[in-house]
Amino acid sequence: MTLLWIPLLSLLGSIISSTTGKLTRNQSTGLTLLMPVIALLMTISLAPAVFSGEVIRETISWIPLLGINIAFRLDGLALLFVFMILGIGILVIFYARYYLSSNDSMPKLYAYLMLFMTAMLGIVMSNNIIQLWFFWELTSISSFLLISYWWHKPDARKGAIMALTVTGGGGLALLAGLLLLGNIVGSYDLDVILASKEIIQGHAWYEITLILVLLGAFTKSAQFPFHFWLPHAMAAPTPVSAYLHSATMVKAGIFLLARFYPALAGTDIWFILVSLTGLSTLLFGAYVALFKHDLKGLLAYSTISHLGLITLLFGLDTKLAAVAAIFHIINHAIFKASLFMATGIIDHETGTRDMRKLNGMWRFMPYTATLAMVAAAAMAGVPLLNGFLSKEMFFAETLHQQLLGSMSWLIPVLATIAGALAVAYSARFIHDVFFNGDPIDLPKQPSEPPRYMRVPIEILVALCLVVGIFPNFIVDDVLKAASFAVLGGYVPEFEVALWHGFNLPLLMSAIAVIGGLLLYTQRRYLFQFQASLPSLNAKKTFDESIYRITKWCQRKISDSENGSLQRYLMLMFVFVLLFAGWPLFEMNQLGGQKQLTPIDVHNAMGAALLMVGTISTVIWYRARVVSLLMLSVVGLMVSVVFTRFSAPDLALTQLTVEVVTIILLMLALFFLPQHSPKESSSVRVVRDIAISAGLGIVVASICYALITRPLESISAFFLANAKTGGGGTNVVNVILVDFRGFDTLGEICVLGIAALGIYKLLVNLPLVIPASDSEGRPWAKERYPILLASISQSLLPLALMVSFYIFLRGHNLPGGGFIAGLVTAVAFILQYIAHGSSWIVARLTINYRKIIASGIAIALFTGVGSWFFGRPFMTTWFEYFDIPFIGEIELASALVFDVGVYITVVGATLMILASLGQLANEPKEEVNT
Amino acid sequence: MLETVILIVFAMIGVSLLLNLWRLLIGPSVPDRILALDTMYINTIALIILYGMSMGTSLYFEAALLIAMLGFVSTVAVCKYLLRGDIIE
Repeated sequence: MTLLWIPLLSLLGSIISSTTGKLTRNQSTGLTLLMPVIALLMTISLAPAVFSGEVIRETISWIPLLGINIAFRLDGLALLFVFMILGIGILVIFYARYYLSSNDSMPKLYAYLMLFMTAMLGIVMSNNIIQLWFFWELTSISSFLLISYWWHKPDARKGAIMALTVTGGGGLALLAGLLLLGNIVGSYDLDVILASKEIIQGHAWYEITLILVLLGAFTKSAQFPFHFWLPHAMAAPTPVSAYLHSATMVKAGIFLLARFYPALAGTDIWFILVSLTGLSTLLFGAYVALFKHDLKGLLAYSTISHLGLITLLFGLDTKLAAVAAIFHIINHAIFKASLFMATGIIDHETGTRDMRKLNGMWRFMPYTATLAMVAAAAMAGVPLLNGFLSKEMFFAETLHQQLLGSMSWLIPVLATIAGALAVAYSARFIHDVFFNGDPIDLPKQPSEPPRYMRVPIEILVALCLVVGIFPNFIVDDVLKAASFAVLGGYVPEFEVALWHGFNLPLLMSAIAVIGGLLLYTQRRYLFQFQASLPSLNAKKTFDESIYRITKWCQRKISDSENGSLQRYLMLMFVFVLLFAGWPLFEMNQLGGQKQLTPIDVHNAMGAALLMVGTISTVIWYRARVVSLLMLSVVGLMVSVVFTRFSAPDLALTQLTVEVVTIILLMLALFFLPQHSPKESSSVRVVRDIAISAGLGIVVASICYALITRPLESISAFFLANAKTGGGGTNVVNVILVDFRGFDTLGEICVLGIAALGIYKLLVNLPLVIPASDSEGRPWAKERYPILLASISQSLLPLALMVSFYIFLRGHNLPGGGFIAGLVTAVAFILQYIAHGSSWIVARLTINYRKIIASGIAIALFTGVGSWFFGRPFMTTWFEYFDIPFIGEIELASALVFDVGVYITVVGATLMILASLGQLANEPKEEVNT
Repeated sequence: MLETVILIVFAMIGVSLLLNLWRLLIGPSVPDRILALDTMYINTIALIILYGMSMGTSLYFEAALLIAMLGFVSTVAVCKYLLRGDIIE
């Protein structure tokens, strides 16, 4: 279970840190650090096994039929990323304690950071690609929260939206790609996919799958032309940038390339797409970084450039290129995190990040300056530092590829140019900030930061040096293990060493350093040239295109969805007409083989009443009250029909629902016009008549066709099993509370939600109360007629008793919780009508919301209860007991479930009607809602 | 004997239901129609009880009971609506 605990601990940490609002900053930091530190220790304990070549797996079956499991695996690559995510995460949390001002909410930042950490751990440790995608999306969402941490700043909000849009869009492409991948292989299991290289690459969908997966990776890793979100994400607090843009968020895309390297790489299309994207990003990022005056802007473009470098390495067709890529992942994470933190200190201590103002910081903060300079030198690729080693490997690999055929020599040249640009911007970072004269109107007097704020940087810079000088000392094991995972079990011989002798890569490094310094000294001309170019504003372009897309969507939506209910109904009916009516024409004979029963007088009369009632409802639809009365005839007749054709449960339900409906409509009609105005043109009336007549004909024909044919329905099963399986003879009720209990649970939840929604919509709704009735007569004086009051009061106990009776016998005879609930609700509503709300409130202090909640809870816990007996959710139990004088009685767990149904129905019905009834009451009184 | 009686009463109730419907249709005032509907409810009670008797079962008794007990609530609601507009004050 150790593996599962690593992301779980991190998630737990997110919850813990969100509750530390009342504690001091140190306590909050300490508590937050606790979980990732434990997770890191657990990872370290697992490391030796992974180094020896083992892949640790843990799987919990989740939706086995869909092939979706909760599955984690830890191989070399995952281990490397877990180390980076936890290690740098811990340093960032520690750093943020000193970075945040007292106005900023610390628990909020920590909770988001830990959530993000969970998401990243989930990505790198997933052994199921759907699960991987889930965590992928979680990084998009949690990074959105992190970037918009200073939500009051428009920049932060815009940057966050941009990041979410780009990475979220890429996430959708990735999902499509992963689904295709799962389809090709026939499994979502990562182990299976990684072992199916031939199947995947031989498949017709390979290209499209690859492009979709790469889109996901490139948007996340800010590859050109999707890079533009990353500089805008710099509006986040610096600890967040340090975390997101060194070790985590942007590395997720790189991780994806590495993860699917064994399965997807190796083809021409992979090499071309990945290497060219990487190359253009490398050059573009390095070039733009040189012109950024904002320190974080410089680092942002430098990050883009380095990500391009890693991508390019994954796209080179040499085995060692992937090793170099992994090595650079480590190195970049280390030096970039420390640089971001150093920038944060400078910003914190001076109040600005503008390199035109920041000069000569050496004198004010020599210690921080030294650390930053070492890190920047690592970024430039200066010998004795870690950046140098991976850059050398990179240069060496560019010499060995054959990517562009006879023009392959271009790649090492371009790589050297990018190296020179990297040296130039690193030189600018060092020289402009720490030397280059005196500072120009700084908002704050600069000084060294608090002692402990530097600790994370010291650790990281020490790592730069140790890795740079003794490369085999720490990274060798993890590098070999990660390469083993990426290359699919085969690691070429390689040696990371400081000195390889005088060779071509060394020459390229030398050219890069000298060229870079030259570039920096001659930067005036470059800046002039750059200023003459038309400027491209990514934010403006992005905003405009988003605006255009939104407008387009709005137009399309309003074209199809214009808010007219008549139109929706018309469209729905027309489609029903088409799809249900069409097959009827293909039938030879409407009637089936069944013998028709003779028409007797009673049935004919009932049918006549139904038809007259229905037609009258339509004829009088403008006079709404009359139309309602006609509708009641239909309702009543339908109940009679249910009785006549042996559906007593339905009849009982229909009767009670009928009463509730009338009350509901009367309540609503009070605020509505009493007469519907004439709105439709004659042509429209004809059209509508045609559609509704057609629909009536189709539905009637289908009904006739159905009932005249002998049908095998599922009712035989329920009839046979209701008594033996559910312990009741009333099949309808046994289905509701037992066989289909889970559906019923869902339905009462919907009922509860609907009731809450109605309550929420109605509360404090301002409505005009009509002063007289539709004919202008004043309202009657008597509010609570005494006759009604006394009758309704004496009816209440009777109704409750009947409802209790109906409830109890429900399992064996017509009845049950739903009907009983409606009866109770009607009896109570009658009290409301007869006595008014205030009378009820004075006698009955009930909170309907709590009633609904407790009803659903009872039903739910009845279902959960079966777990305690080792049975699946909602297994029912029943037994017969012989009690003296009473006789044999049956006790069933379904009865308890039915109590839940009953309570929910009572609560929901009363809440809806009481809130509607409350609307007209002024002044506002306390209601039972 | 009983069967004949039931048949006759069936016919009588059927006629009265049709007359109720007639009153409901011609009105002329809304109270007339409400009264017609309420009477219809009462006749339906008789109809259901009769049907149970002719089938020799008590299975439909509860339906009749519910109409008798709660059927008038809708009538009350409509009447209160006509008199006061707001039915829950």
